[in-house]
Amino acid sequence: MSEKIDEVQVRKVAKLSRLDLTDTEIKEFTGQLEAILEYVDKMNQLDTEGVEPMAHCLPISNCLREDTVTDSLGADAILANAPQRDGDFFKVPRILDDNSGA
Amino acid sequence: MTDLDYQVIVGLEIHVQLCTKTKLFCGCALEFAAEPNSRVCPVCLGMPGVLPVMNRLAYEYSVLAALALNCQIAEFTKWDRKSYYYPDLPKNFQTSQYDLPLSYDGFIEIPLETGQSKRIRIIRCHLEEDAGKNLHTSGSHSQVDLNRTGTPLLEIVTEPDMNTAAEVKALAAELQRIVRYVGVSEADMQKGHMRFEPNINLAITKDGKAYRTPITEVKNLNSFRAVERSVEYEIQRQLDEFLEHGTTLEMGNKTTRGWDDDRQMTVLQREKEEAHDYRYFPEPDLLPVKMNETWLADIRSRMCELPLQKQQRFVQTYELSDYDAGVLTADRATAEFFDEAVKAGGSAKRVCNLLTQIGLKMANDKGVSLVDLGVSCEAVANLANMVDRGDVNASASTTIFEHMVTTGKAPAGLAEELNLVQKSDSSELEAIVKKILSDNAQAVEEAKSGSKKAKKAQGFLLGQVMQQTQGQANPRVVSQILGDLLRS
Repeated sequence: MSEKIDEVQVRKVAKLSRLDLTDTEIKEFTGQLEAILEYVDKMNQLDTEGVEPMAHCLPISNCLREDTVTDSLGADAILANAPQRDGDFFKVPRILDDNSGA
Repeated sequence: MTDLDYQVIVGLEIHVQLCTKTKLFCGCALEFAAEPNSRVCPVCLGMPGVLPVMNRLAYEYSVLAALALNCQIAEFTKWDRKSYYYPDLPKNFQTSQYDLPLSYDGFIEIPLETGQSKRIRIIRCHLEEDAGKNLHTSGSHSQVDLNRTGTPLLEIVTEPDMNTAAEVKALAAELQRIVRYVGVSEADMQKGHMRFEPNINLAITKDGKAYRTPITEVKNLNSFRAVERSVEYEIQRQLDEFLEHGTTLEMGNKTTRGWDDDRQMTVLQREKEEAHDYRYFPEPDLLPVKMNETWLADIRSRMCELPLQKQQRFVQTYELSDYDAGVLTADRATAEFFDEAVKAGGSAKRVCNLLTQIGLKMANDKGVSLVDLGVSCEAVANLANMVDRGDVNASASTTIFEHMVTTGKAPAGLAEELNLVQKSDSSELEAIVKKILSDNAQAVEEAKSGSKKAKKAQGFLLGQVMQQTQGQANPRVVSQILGDLLRS
């Protein structure tokens, strides 16, 4: 059985997801992910020839809402769970590499 | 001696903020400069368990804009999650579109300074959400305002078909005109409604060999001027870097540079090496949208005549200069006002002059649009006819227009009231001319002599008539009479 995922890949995915994992965790998750990927691999046994790729698991579409304003929560409620606030802003560690602004 | 030639290659990625009342996936109001975090709910805050629901109008606006950009509209479109790790989008992903965008394969015609136009191909337009705002003001921390989070953005990606900075600017301006015409965006650069990110590099031929410089993407461009200047700057910078270090495309990845408006230069942005590893996957919380013919026909019915078509029609039908047609079609309401005034019977050229030389100036001074001056297109048509008939002269038309704005009165009444009606009645004027001629025998002699002085003498006589009538005589009619009498 070939290896589906190795520790190097798990470390990379963890880094991309901003997760700081210990060596023990890396080992543990590598094993778990390996098992998951093997399970998913079973689906490759299915013959999907001529089956249209599925974009969504529900057979419905066009669930849209009208452009009508509803109440927002207000800054106090929004900030209630924030670890830190600065006036009505969230206060976060300074962003050095700022490529934000999707 | 080295033989050097190069071609500039620019493609654009553009984000246009759609002018819906609410956000893309929730009913929070879109409001510029609202109190921080006052337009936020659990959906745009990205709380666990919430379900986004697509704003119908945002989707329809996107389709309308895509149609205006000659795109194909997808029959089936879906949304995807794009990994994103900044606090201005707390879900840790941006809802965007990856493999099945709502439209693709379009083009935009951009007007060039020569009066010709150039076709720039559009790869795709898709609908996605904006992030909030990170503010770096307070020392070791940043402030986050999520009011903008979830704002609908239309992302437009062009082919790298632009070859000069001027073309890039022309595309930016034309796109602004188009989205405003079809009414899907206010497209205010200063409010960040339009964000342009050019991808720039050079195809260089040096001593018979071909090279390509590394592509740079420029961000943080908040004016048309900055868009143009940044491209000019990058062209020179890339050329210099190639000549000094021989840097080519193969040597490195695409880099991102930010425009520094104070220093008028681009600056390399710090970027994590894995920043572009977006790991898209289908958004399970949003349902796909299927377009059908009835719905598409309904959206298509909201299309208007597009600005460049209007501009070209004004040149061809009304024989306006390309420049004047461009001024009149800069915004849709002005162009339609002009069209209506011409339909109301004003001559195109005169109406054009009245609007471009007086109306638009006044509107600009008052900080309003032309149509908000309170002057009807019929009134402008009437004024144009009065000038064309010689009832009033051009300088009087300015005064009358100004009074039309301040008083709302009709031009004919104002001309009377302000004593600006020109005397064009031949018999009345003929009597005055005859009197002037009999009072100025010497000038008459000179005028009839055919000598060098003749023209000057005739001018003098005309001036005398104008003086006699306190400037109210129609000079064209007076000249005619004067000429006839001198020849007789």
